[in-house]
Formats: sequence, C-alpha cells, structure tokens
Amino acid sequence: MQQFNLLLASLPDGILLGFVYGLAAMGLTLIWGVMNVINLAHGPIIALGMFSTFFVYSKLGLNPYLGVVPIALLGLLFGILIYAVAVHRVINAPHLSSLLATFSVNMIIIGLGTAALTTSPYNVDFFAGSLQLGSTTLLGTRLIAAFVTLLFTGGLYFFLYRTRPGKHIRAVANNRAAAELMGIPSTRILALSFGLGTMLAAVSGALIATFFPFNILSGGGYELKSFVIGVLGGLGNPIGALFGGLILGMLEGIIPAFLETSWVPVIEFGLFVAILLVRPNGLFGAKK
Amino acid sequence: MNRKLSILVTFFALASLVLAACAPGSVEAPPVADGSDTEKTVVIGFTSSLTGAQEVSSKRQVNGLTLWMNQVNAAGGIHLSDGTVVKFTAQTYDDESNKERVQELYTRLITEDNADFLISPYSSGLTAAASIIAEQNGKIMITAGAAEDDAYKTGNTSLFQLYTPGSQYLLSTVDMLKTLDPSARVAIVHENDKFSTSVVEGLKPYLESQGFEVVLEEGYASDTTDFGPVINKIVESGATVLLGGGHYPDGSTFARQLYERKAGLKFISLLVAPADSKFPELGEAALGVSTSSQWELSATHTPEEAAALGKEWYGPSGQEFADAYLALTGDKPTYHAAGGYLTGLILQKAIEAADSVDPDKVRAALEALDIFTFYGGIKFDTRAEAHGLQIGHEMVVAQWQRNDAGELVRQVIWPANVATAAPLYPIPMP
Repeated sequence: MQQFNLLLASLPDGILLGFVYGLAAMGLTLIWGVMNVINLAHGPIIALGMFSTFFVYSKLGLNPYLGVVPIALLGLLFGILIYAVAVHRVINAPHLSSLLATFSVNMIIIGLGTAALTTSPYNVDFFAGSLQLGSTTLLGTRLIAAFVTLLFTGGLYFFLYRTRPGKHIRAVANNRAAAELMGIPSTRILALSFGLGTMLAAVSGALIATFFPFNILSGGGYELKSFVIGVLGGLGNPIGALFGGLILGMLEGIIPAFLETSWVPVIEFGLFVAILLVRPNGLFGAKK
Repeated sequence: MNRKLSILVTFFALASLVLAACAPGSVEAPPVADGSDTEKTVVIGFTSSLTGAQEVSSKRQVNGLTLWMNQVNAAGGIHLSDGTVVKFTAQTYDDESNKERVQELYTRLITEDNADFLISPYSSGLTAAASIIAEQNGKIMITAGAAEDDAYKTGNTSLFQLYTPGSQYLLSTVDMLKTLDPSARVAIVHENDKFSTSVVEGLKPYLESQGFEVVLEEGYASDTTDFGPVINKIVESGATVLLGGGHYPDGSTFARQLYERKAGLKFISLLVAPADSKFPELGEAALGVSTSSQWELSATHTPEEAAALGKEWYGPSGQEFADAYLALTGDKPTYHAAGGYLTGLILQKAIEAADSVDPDKVRAALEALDIFTFYGGIKFDTRAEAHGLQIGHEMVVAQWQRNDAGELVRQVIWPANVATAAPLYPIPMP
C-alpha cells in the first residue's frame, strides 16, 4: 500500500519532468536525423538556456516565462552560428570530425562559461504555486513547463509538416542529394535545422532552470538523458523523442517507489544498452 | 653552407647560455653573509576546486589559508632560535573537484614543486585521494574540509585532521532533539559519498541509542537534482525530522524542493550547504533549515574559555579573524574559511613548537599539540589505529532564522551555553 501511495505521488511528477526531458532530446535527435551529426555541445546549450532564465528573472526582474520566446530566438541564431563556424565544413567528413567539432564548441562554451559564471550553483528563486491532489503535489513550474513543451512540440510538428521550410528539412533529411537536385538550398536548410535543435535545447534549459539550481556544467546530465531518450524514442525522430522523454520521466517516478533513488541511473542506462542491443535504431525508430 | 651552419650553431650555443643564466631557480641565492637572519621560504602545496562540485566551499577554505599566509608573512614570518626566519609561499592548482586530478597534482606538488608541507583539498573524497600520495611520500598533510574518519584509521602517520570527525557530526543535533522532541520520527536521507556516509554511520546508532525511531534511511547520488521521489518517500514514511544532505549543490537543491513540496517536517538538518553564506539565496526555503557547524562567529571560542579548560590559547580572536577575512574577501567568514585559516595556524604553531621546519620535528610537535583557538580545541589522536584523527574539537548547531529586521541570519541554537537564539521548532509551514 505504501508503495502504491508512493507511486501515485511520484508518477505524475515524473511524467511532468519527462515533458522537459523530451523537449531537450528533441533538439538532439532533430540534428541527428537531418544531418547525422551528434551535437556534443547540446549540454552547454541547455545550460546557457538556464542562465538566460536566471538573467531574465534575477537581473531584469521579469517573469521567467516571458523570456522563453526571446531565448528560443537567440537559441535559433546561436545554432545557426555554430553550424556556420564549426559544423558546415565537416558536414561531409567522417562522423568523428563532426563529433570533434561539436565537442570543441562544447569545451569553448564550458570554458568561457566557467570563467565568466564560475561553477557555483545559481538559483531562480521562483515559485509558481502547487496543486495538491491527495498525496500528489503537482508543482506549478512543472505544469507550466509541460504546457510550454506541448506548445513547442505542436509548433515543431506544424513547422515540419505544414510549412515549406519544414518540408525542405524533411526532404534534406531523407536524401540530401535528391533535395539539392530539386532546388532546395541544402546548406541553408541544414543551418536552420541545427538552429532549431539548438533552440529546443535552450528552451528546455530555460524551463529546467525554474525547477532546480544549476551551473554551467548542469547541462551534461540532460545531454546524457537526451541520448537515452533518443534511443527510446527512435534516433532521428523528434516527435518520438517526446514519448521517449515521457517514458524516462515515468521510470524516474516509478523506480524510487521500489528501490533506492541511486538505482535510477543504473536502470536508465541499463535500459539504454539493452534497447541498443535489441533495436539499434531505437524503440520507435524505423527498422532497417 | 658550412659557414652558415657554424654561425647557426654558435648562435644557438650562445642563446642557450644566456637562457640558462636567466632561468629562475637555476642559481641558488647566496647565503646571507652580513650576520643577519637567514630567510627560509617554506612551500605550502595544495589543490583547490576552482571549478566543479566542491567550488563554493573550497574557495572559502583557500581564502582562509591565504589570509593566514598574508598575515604571517606580513608579520615578518616565524623566527627560529637558530636565526632562521621562516616565511611561506603557496603552490596551488585547480583540481576541478576531480579525484584523479588530485592525485596527479599532489604528486606534482611533491616531486616537481618540492612542497615542504601539504594542505588537503576540500571534501573527504578528494582528501582521501590526496592522502594516499602524501602518505606514500611521507609528507605532512593537514586536512580541512575532510571529516570522514576512515582515512585516519588505515595506519597513516602523516595526516592531521582539523575537523570534528564525520561520525560525530550530527550527534549534538541529536542531543538537541532529545530535549526538543524525544518522540520525533527521523528520516536519514544523505548523499552517497564518503563524508555523508561516515556521518550516517555515526548518526544512526546514536539515534537508536537515544530512543529515536529511524523511519527511513536512503542515499542519493551526488548529482541528484530531482528530489521529488525522495521527498515523497519522506512524507510517506511519516517522518517529522530530516537529518542528512551532503554538500552544497545537492543540499541547496534538496532544501528548496522540501519547501516547494511542503514536506511538513518539524525540523530539517542538512550537512554543509546551510553553513554557507550563499544559502539564503534560496529565500524562504532557507528559513528553519539547520546545520552542524565547525565554527560560528556568533559563538566563537575565547581565551577565557581556554583558561577555564586549562588549555593554551593561540592565535587571533574570532572577531579579529572575521574582520581581516572581510577586509580580504568582502565576505563574512564561514566555518570553511575558518578551517582554511586554522590549517595554516596549526602549522605555524607546530613549527614554533618544533623550533624547526624539519618534517619529523614538526610531526612530533603536531602530535603533542593540545591548544585552544577561536575555532575551538585542537588535539590529534596519536594511537596507531586512529593517528591524526581530531579529538579536541566540538561542533555547534546553527539554524537560519529571521532577525528583528526580517533578514535571514544563521543563529547558533546548540549547545545551550553558547546558543544565540532558541531553536525554531517546529519550522513554520510554507
């Protein structure tokens, strides 16, 4: 009975957290899906999103959610810049080159961030209230974050399937050479895709900052979760990443009801390896 | 061609000679021949966590040590009876809160930088890594920010612990709870690391011996950010008191989420995090959270206390230390800063007592040390099975409360004879 009560209390919380995990993973998997690049700068970009919220709330004194749209735009532009400077020249090189290029960006952001912001924890002291349903406490910040995630997921779906640039992205992801033959400017589309992936990472960071204290290194954990989610949701399938995020969030809610919380990463990453062995393209990925 | 080659070779040979002549440290300074004192510069080697998980507390520890070094050098150093004037210089690196890096760097400090004495990095985990290197090389290491007991129970002879050992960390909190609420139901939730685990190893049997019911015992990973499931477990267990935590990053996150989720606990004591001056950045979530503290300015130790105990008083008063620290850093000192200062002060006292910087003589002086400072008593266990363990120092319990101006301040609430305020019990519900 105690376990059941714990499950009731922790599961909704885990699911709400899973939305934001999914949003972060969507960015990683979108970039992989379109250009086969693993963005190792994903974590620091999430951390920059966190600091942006801190700046909006603590320095400008504004509601942290007012910063989401400007942070998204800045994330988009920053991603396009990273693509132009670090990724474009190695886009056709072996995977190791793009991996090293994004790793270099990762190290540059962490180095500059550490020098400017240190690695001390920062805290966005913002409470959006809570909703008490029996033994379950739903935090306002997590409910809002889940709602914002749904908005961005819907927006991404609409963009990819209903707009011309979105269709171009899908065409380039499907077959870049054929897309170029059809007159699609693939370089611009790749830069846009990288920008979108970065935008999603920055927005997820902006939302996570309202839950937990953070520093410039905090994005690393969410980057690792994004890999697990990418595998759960299907590599290269951004909408599947949302479901992957929800599954991971649920696991984080369920496991502590039965085991010590320190078992959570063990089971998460065990699952990661198991799925890679059984379905290398991910749980919801297409079979080869 | 041959002429050009010989010109080139001659140029490089001359350049090498010039560079060799200019190289620092390549020529020893000539001894002072005018009859005045000989100056000896002692190299203090240590690493600090300028980055990573231990950054906050580590920087404060180093600030304290830097203050001591500035003061002792500015005062003209330590004068030995043979006319030697001992001054100090620091050799330090950023360990990035990383154990592997700590071992590399302490090896470098000993073998390349020729450090005479070592100070530990901050945290028990990093110190355990550094202590192996210090012990292998027979270098004296004074440890601060390293409360875990085990490192001193493995036959080491070069480590000297400043902090009250981890196994005794929360015992005074239990004594206080016994007077406040003997029927409290206790949840122990702690970081899974060396220090916090050693605290719990001492805490749990003591709680049970005092008749408290431990309704939950749970560890969490050091990088945990979501404490929601743990807090649900605490609430479900029916606990009224929470004892635990770990270090600053996890402790501050834990405290914030306990407040957000209205965990309804009557008393919360977390390790390390609430002792830091950054903790009130949590706002209302900081109110009522308490911690075991190695030192608090408001309950600083005094020469009168030392005299009453028949101990030798040594060093500045707590207020003098706090004023100097404030002037140096612009910040109020925490116990981590005081700990850093004390590592230097203890070494100074040992060198004075040994009248030498010879490591064996300084080691013997440290073993014989039994003094009282603004930080409290300092005495090391000399038994082979616990050599270097701190046995002279006691802790206080501090709690964040609001003062008359409505500001969050850390008040000492136990022991009663040094308390500056009554315990806030139960903590007001959010």
